[in-house]
Amino acid sequence: MNLRRRRFRDRVMAALVVLGTLVVLVPLFFILFYVFAEGLGALNWAFFTQGPRPPGEAGGGMLPAIVGTFVVDLIALVLAAVLGLAAGILLAEYPEHPLNPPLRLVADVMAGLPAILMGLVAFVLVVKPLGHFSGLSGSVALALIMIPIIVRATEGVLKLIPWELREAGLALGLPRWRVVLSLVLPAARGGILTGLMLALARGAGEAAPLLFTAFGNPYLTANPLEPMDTLPLKIFVYAVSPYEDWHRQAWGAALLLALLIMVASYLARRYAGGRR
Amino acid sequence: MPRWIYRRLGDRLFAGVVVALGLGLLLLALLIAYELYSGAAPALGRFGFFGFLQGREWDAVRGVFGAWPALLGTLITSALALVLAFFPALAAAIYVVELAPAWLKEPVAYLVDLLAALPSVVYGLWGLFVLVPPLRAHVESPLYLWAAAHAPGVLPLLGPPTGIGLFSATLVLALMIVPYASSLARDALALVPREQREAMYALGATRWEVIRGAVIPYARAGIFSGVVLALARALGETMAVTMLIGNSVELPYSLFGPAATMASLIANEFTEASDDLHLSALVAVGFLLLLIALLTNLVATWILNRMQLEGGRR
Repeated sequence: MNLRRRRFRDRVMAALVVLGTLVVLVPLFFILFYVFAEGLGALNWAFFTQGPRPPGEAGGGMLPAIVGTFVVDLIALVLAAVLGLAAGILLAEYPEHPLNPPLRLVADVMAGLPAILMGLVAFVLVVKPLGHFSGLSGSVALALIMIPIIVRATEGVLKLIPWELREAGLALGLPRWRVVLSLVLPAARGGILTGLMLALARGAGEAAPLLFTAFGNPYLTANPLEPMDTLPLKIFVYAVSPYEDWHRQAWGAALLLALLIMVASYLARRYAGGRR
Repeated sequence: MPRWIYRRLGDRLFAGVVVALGLGLLLLALLIAYELYSGAAPALGRFGFFGFLQGREWDAVRGVFGAWPALLGTLITSALALVLAFFPALAAAIYVVELAPAWLKEPVAYLVDLLAALPSVVYGLWGLFVLVPPLRAHVESPLYLWAAAHAPGVLPLLGPPTGIGLFSATLVLALMIVPYASSLARDALALVPREQREAMYALGATRWEVIRGAVIPYARAGIFSGVVLALARALGETMAVTMLIGNSVELPYSLFGPAATMASLIANEFTEASDDLHLSALVAVGFLLLLIALLTNLVATWILNRMQLEGGRR
């Protein structure tokens, strides 16, 4: 009798767990379905080759936003990689350095900060001194978001490299900097690339910190000192606009952005796989 | 190349560059805090820190700024989203680790993590065009009409059933933070040693009793850190909330009615703010958000340490 009740309870809880999982997965399928279904309908030749038309006019495309996304994200990735890799190397290769405890704390804290704060900081640091919005200020904001991801990934993967490798290098008479640059970093290449790709995937989707830094620009430009459009910004602006055709294009941009991020995540997984 | 250049100078130079960049990162972090503080100083000086915190009015035209409505909006949406997200997130983690057949584990885990990879604006776009219309037609309006007929007292609590407001924003927010809670919980559950389970099975426990009695308690520190991570996400989440919450800083809020969070307030007004006090007040809201994020981190670390000490594990 008691056993039957316990078995019954076991079944009910298992059913609830499955139900809870479905509650998470069903909306995901809905989102993916709509992004692909609505997005595919919006993609055409003009979408990739033209700039936006004046508000309310149908047609036009996303070319400035596509170019802007690549320029802003790549500059951000370079900025973040320089600081993030250096901090990761310091944490892993010089474990006793006095800077390490505060550095680790800072990386942890930065990872928990809302993205929009990075936008505020970039506004104060770059936009105000320059006197105008610019793609570069957007890159700075995104870089601040990417840095903690890269620091953690780099430190993590460097710590996985056995100390024997370093000792072997030192025993052969290599100075420490050669050991790091020629032995440790190449051995950790896959994991480091994974960190960079994860950071890129994270930064590429952000719109909040770009609202008042990169700002948006309907004209095609590759000059990071001018205001720039990016896909996430464009999705936001078009989605809250009252125009039917802009809504259509927002779905197209969402599909393109989702694909971009999936490619970056896929590369991250592949590099991580190659490490083993 | 002389030997000492290659060895001594090379080492010094390399260490110097790495340390300098590390120091740069530290300074950058200090700069973040300082810039937010100094940007906020004019508004905080004008209204006083606690005056600003408790100010119930946010009126750019009259130049009166108080953060209370936005703070309240952030706390309400985050807390509700966390409550909504917790059990599904835990369920998804338990399913992957304990119940799913082997071939399903990896795909389900991947899909849940995919939720974290989707950009915030895409959630906002989906919420705005796919979720809001049926929510308005099939949930909010019937409830509102029912309340109007049977319980007029709760109408002010429900608010206008426009679809755009606290309710929709919270739903989407809950969905967005699930993967953060779920993936840490999943890792923690997977780390529970086999012996822990086997001991309880040996006592004749059912599968659920093992999960409930042996697995979840052992993994509680990891589950808790996932919850904190999800909370931190929810506090700062901007775009989807801005697109769905209706952006009204007027108290009192209602369940279906428009509201604002600290992040949505900044996103919504920053580019339109023309006078210095308004800008400074927005930065001050950002500064408050920074303090809240830091406080969350601190409290979480503290509780986590206690949890692990108490259990005496690891």
